Amino acid sequence: MAAPRHRRRGFSRRVQYGLFAGYVIAVVGIVVAAAMVLVAHFDPRAFATARGVAIDAGAGLTGVARIGVRTLSDAGTEIGAYFDAANQNAQLKRDLAVERRHAIAAKALILENTRLKKLALVVEHLPPPLLSGRLIGSTISGQRRFATLAAGSTDGVRPGMPVRSVEGLIGRVYETGLFASRILLLTDGDSAVPVRMPRNGVAALMSGRGDGSLEIRGLTAGGSTFRRGDLAVTSGTGGIYAPNIPVAVITAVQGDRAVAYPLADPAAVDFATVYPIYQPPVEEQPAQPKP
Amino acid sequence: MMPPRFAPEILRGPAKPLWVPILSTIAGSAVCLLPIVATSPALPPFGLLMLLSWRLLRPEMWPASMALALGFADDLMSGHFLGTSMALWTVALLALDWVDHHMVWRDYWMEWVIATVAIVAIQTGAWFLNHRPGMTDTLANILPTVILGILAFPMLVRVTAMLDRWRLRL
Repeated sequence: MAAPRHRRRGFSRRVQYGLFAGYVIAVVGIVVAAAMVLVAHFDPRAFATARGVAIDAGAGLTGVARIGVRTLSDAGTEIGAYFDAANQNAQLKRDLAVERRHAIAAKALILENTRLKKLALVVEHLPPPLLSGRLIGSTISGQRRFATLAAGSTDGVRPGMPVRSVEGLIGRVYETGLFASRILLLTDGDSAVPVRMPRNGVAALMSGRGDGSLEIRGLTAGGSTFRRGDLAVTSGTGGIYAPNIPVAVITAVQGDRAVAYPLADPAAVDFATVYPIYQPPVEEQPAQPKP
Repeated sequence: MMPPRFAPEILRGPAKPLWVPILSTIAGSAVCLLPIVATSPALPPFGLLMLLSWRLLRPEMWPASMALALGFADDLMSGHFLGTSMALWTVALLALDWVDHHMVWRDYWMEWVIATVAIVAIQTGAWFLNHRPGMTDTLANILPTVILGILAFPMLVRVTAMLDRWRLRL
């Protein structure tokens, strides 16, 4: 079909002026919007009030619907668990026996560690968790990777605080509303976490690639220091993230870089725990001078 | 589409033809509030698709500046830097005005081609506007949403047409 004759001006002055004003508003709007993007580039927390209100309003909608989704997906898992229950039971009992021995060994190690740390005068300030909140949604379109947490600034959540689940690190708080906040997931391109490989103690920097995977770059020169299956834990360097939180598992090694996947899947966890920002001990206690 | 028997006041009064397109576009942007937690982009940009299909169906309905308000709502919900969709969507509507001025005939396939160009351009533009130096994501990440968006567009044209018929019914 032929398109309708577009924006026919005719002879009416009023219509002509109206059209012209529309274009002027549009162009001015584009300039203002571009300026806003520019401001956001230099200060990502700009326009915090408007964004906070939007987070709160969105969380209200999402939180209600999330209940239904969880119930449905839980029902699927529970029905699946009935099949193969006997084999699974036996397998779990064997696993439990092994794990119990490991747990006892770990308890002994913890005791020994605390004793050695006392001897070496190492003081750690590992903060207790601030609160646990429900993860209710995430950006499923677009390039940024955010999740929404059902706790906001009235609960004491502040931008920058690390968020983790039982399985491992999830990310950190990006911006807060009153009752909900946006979590910058590890997989976002803006996220960088200093990590350490417990296998050999190599320090590395981990950043998101935006597609669900992570990239790990070693901070030491030469040699392939990563192996497939390696576990990465936070090193605590520079603060924010407390040390020894499990983060990711390496799935592929490319020279001195490696691709990893996060241990904590935000889609599978219900609750996430928010921690205060970790501040590493700034200076070591001076050793006692020998008399 | 059956008209809802108990539609809110705003969708029954004389303002119905005005509000249905606006609210349906905002609802498209709000799809990203659905309670799905995902670590990689998995859905097409519904807000943009609704905007394009309304604009191609009713070229005279909105001035280009309407995209400022709709883009603002989209930015707030998607978590992009404020202003990204505002700027890009308005530019797109201005460009479509220009296209309409120069193109006399426009059929279904042509509209799909126009929408394809717009989706690719806007998603790429949004990536560049949101990419700060030091960020490690690549342009290839927007590929799934772009492809899904192009494939979903004809469906949304049907939805828009249905809403349009309901909107103009007395």
